[in-house]
Amino acid sequence: MKKFFYSKKIAPYVFICPFVITVLLFWLVPICNGVLLSFQDVLKEQWVGFDNYSRLLTDTIFLKALWNSFKYMVGTLLLLIPFPLLFASLLNSKLMKKADIFKSIYFIPALTSVVVAGTIFRLMYGEASTSLFNQILGYFGVGPIKWLKGAGTSFFALLLLACWRWTGVNILYFLAGLQSIPSELYEAASIDGASKWQQFKKISMPLVKPTTVYVLTISIYAGLSMFIESNMLFKGNNSPNNIGLTIVGYLYRQGVEKRALGYACAVGFILLFVVMAVNILQLKITGTFEEGRE
Amino acid sequence: MKKRGLAALLCAVLAASTIAGCSSATGNSASTEKGVSSAGKKAMEVGGDNVTTLNVWTFIELHQDFYVSMAEKWNEAHPDKKVKLVLSNMPYDDMHNKLSLALESGEGAPDIVDIELGKFPAYMVGKIGLMELNDVIAPYKDKIVKSRLDIYSKDGKEYGLPTHVGTTVAFYNEKLLNDAGINYKDIKTWDQFKEAGVKYHEATGKYFSCVETSAQWMVNLMLAQKGGDYIDKDGKLNIASKEMEEVLEYIKGMQETGAFATIPGGQPDNEEAYPLYNSGDYAVQIMPFWQTSRFVNYMTDIKKQVAIAPVPVFNENDGEVATIGGGGTGTAIIKSGKNAQLAAEVMAFIKLSEESNKEVWNVLGFDPVNTSVWNDTSLTQNPDNKFIQYFTNYPFDTLLKTKDSIGILQAYTDEKYPSINNEFCNVTLNSIFEDGMDVKEALLQSQQTLSNEFKEK
Repeated sequence: MKKFFYSKKIAPYVFICPFVITVLLFWLVPICNGVLLSFQDVLKEQWVGFDNYSRLLTDTIFLKALWNSFKYMVGTLLLLIPFPLLFASLLNSKLMKKADIFKSIYFIPALTSVVVAGTIFRLMYGEASTSLFNQILGYFGVGPIKWLKGAGTSFFALLLLACWRWTGVNILYFLAGLQSIPSELYEAASIDGASKWQQFKKISMPLVKPTTVYVLTISIYAGLSMFIESNMLFKGNNSPNNIGLTIVGYLYRQGVEKRALGYACAVGFILLFVVMAVNILQLKITGTFEEGRE
Repeated sequence: MKKRGLAALLCAVLAASTIAGCSSATGNSASTEKGVSSAGKKAMEVGGDNVTTLNVWTFIELHQDFYVSMAEKWNEAHPDKKVKLVLSNMPYDDMHNKLSLALESGEGAPDIVDIELGKFPAYMVGKIGLMELNDVIAPYKDKIVKSRLDIYSKDGKEYGLPTHVGTTVAFYNEKLLNDAGINYKDIKTWDQFKEAGVKYHEATGKYFSCVETSAQWMVNLMLAQKGGDYIDKDGKLNIASKEMEEVLEYIKGMQETGAFATIPGGQPDNEEAYPLYNSGDYAVQIMPFWQTSRFVNYMTDIKKQVAIAPVPVFNENDGEVATIGGGGTGTAIIKSGKNAQLAAEVMAFIKLSEESNKEVWNVLGFDPVNTSVWNDTSLTQNPDNKFIQYFTNYPFDTLLKTKDSIGILQAYTDEKYPSINNEFCNVTLNSIFEDGMDVKEALLQSQQTLSNEFKEK
């Protein structure tokens, strides 16, 4: 017995065992169960084969939700990777004074509850001419806009909420990446006459790549599975013409609001599939798989 | 030692915060059918032995006080069957979703639950988890407005106890209309309503009434008056019907005059819309009777300016239904509950007896389902009542005029209605009245979306 526990071969498995059990019990089992449920009509307790999936393909609302989530993901990637990287480099620069204060300021939104922030944003985007954003437009002589009723304006509203909230977090990730780069490299480069921009492009960017890949991966997932932001902004899971409906929102609507759990499981499985596909593609393109093998 | 003191302090803070969480139930007295409501839990205090505890879920906090005061009366009258209500109030969506999950999993459901009309059919699918209430309703049945029992029934079995009739009425801001030279009493038909609107808009530059985009109070009323419905006789979807097209074209015609417009929040019963009525930017509402409570609570600046009148009709002489009941809460009993039978008896008393229906008017300001109350002038003309003080005429005079012609849409009891309602309030009405889409096209598109959902060809 003692030998068993003191064995160098066994010990690692004992240590990772809690994690493995958690994954099996709380992730793998529910996923398998979900896949099985997606072939059923849960309320009628019937097996329906691929009915749920074939219905998904012709379900225009689902396709709209898919498109909305995809659009949101692309939007957040375009805004939440380059800009935080840029800000992080500025904060990391020796010329920057009082960087810590800026770091804290950028990070504060991430500490706010999405529920509170979403509610306040909703009020700021009110339709009345007295709401904050319409007042701002008013200074420029533009009439009030029905922000949360139009597809374009509400997409803008969602993106602004996302940027406000996540810029600080991503800055911290990038900052950690940048700070692990040895300063000798920059010194050597500047002795060789490289400009600041060249240093950024040739040293910072490549060396911070593992961080970028990580941020990219979680951003893809976060973008595709966004729900609370839209739920708070539109005061519920329903929005005019479904402009704020996301994949998870649709899953919730079908599974919980309409009690079609089987169909909702099919939606969930598609979400899993899309997230996996996009991420595997992304990891292939960035070459992360090959790095692991070396 | 220091550490231990700190730990004790933290424990105290934690305990205090839980207690604070429980007692916050009494803060907000706002009453809504489908809007603002806060979470909170409260329990009755009942002395003596042999008291049965019943758990109640509501989504309108004001209902809690009403249930408690009526349960106390029940306990006085039935000392051998005393009950103790433990009430939890949750926001509208949360409560219904939680109920779905509880019924689905067979665990955690309360004994008694308030279910909103729009959600009710969703619980009538598959194995029904609610208790059949025919025998407890029977003693009161002849005095209750029948259509209000029908909306919570399936195959002749009654599953819900109605709270109010929700007669759709017209709320005219009499003062603003008089200033513009309009007498609301002359408005009998929709054509006259529209004309009055144009005249009002020309005189004041303000909007007469709103065009709904997130509710169907007026749409459903007009549809019922035209004899239309969302489903046909065989229970198939019939969204793009001739009647529906006529109704929406008519409302679109109203919108095109410029006197009628969409409103922030999409309908009169909304926190964004109340201020606009309060300030006189919009003058008229076509709403179910329970809107009285919103007037009294949220539109206090126009006190003594608003009159309640019967809604317009399309044609005065063709015998169409005068009005319909709108919105509603059906109180249901969970079948698997240990004390289901007692719960049913208590709730039938609380919701249907004459005594309780008087309180429905006095406390909540709703039109009671027990119509024997409607003729009691000591009640309906009581000068101390805050609702009677608010309006310029006696509300029940209008109700009595339409008492025998309160219609219903067949779709209300259909399991498809929650989805139809959802599609209309999110997509159809917005497409037509906000984005200017063609009526026929919008209806056909929605018909297709819903057909896909219900696998109908």
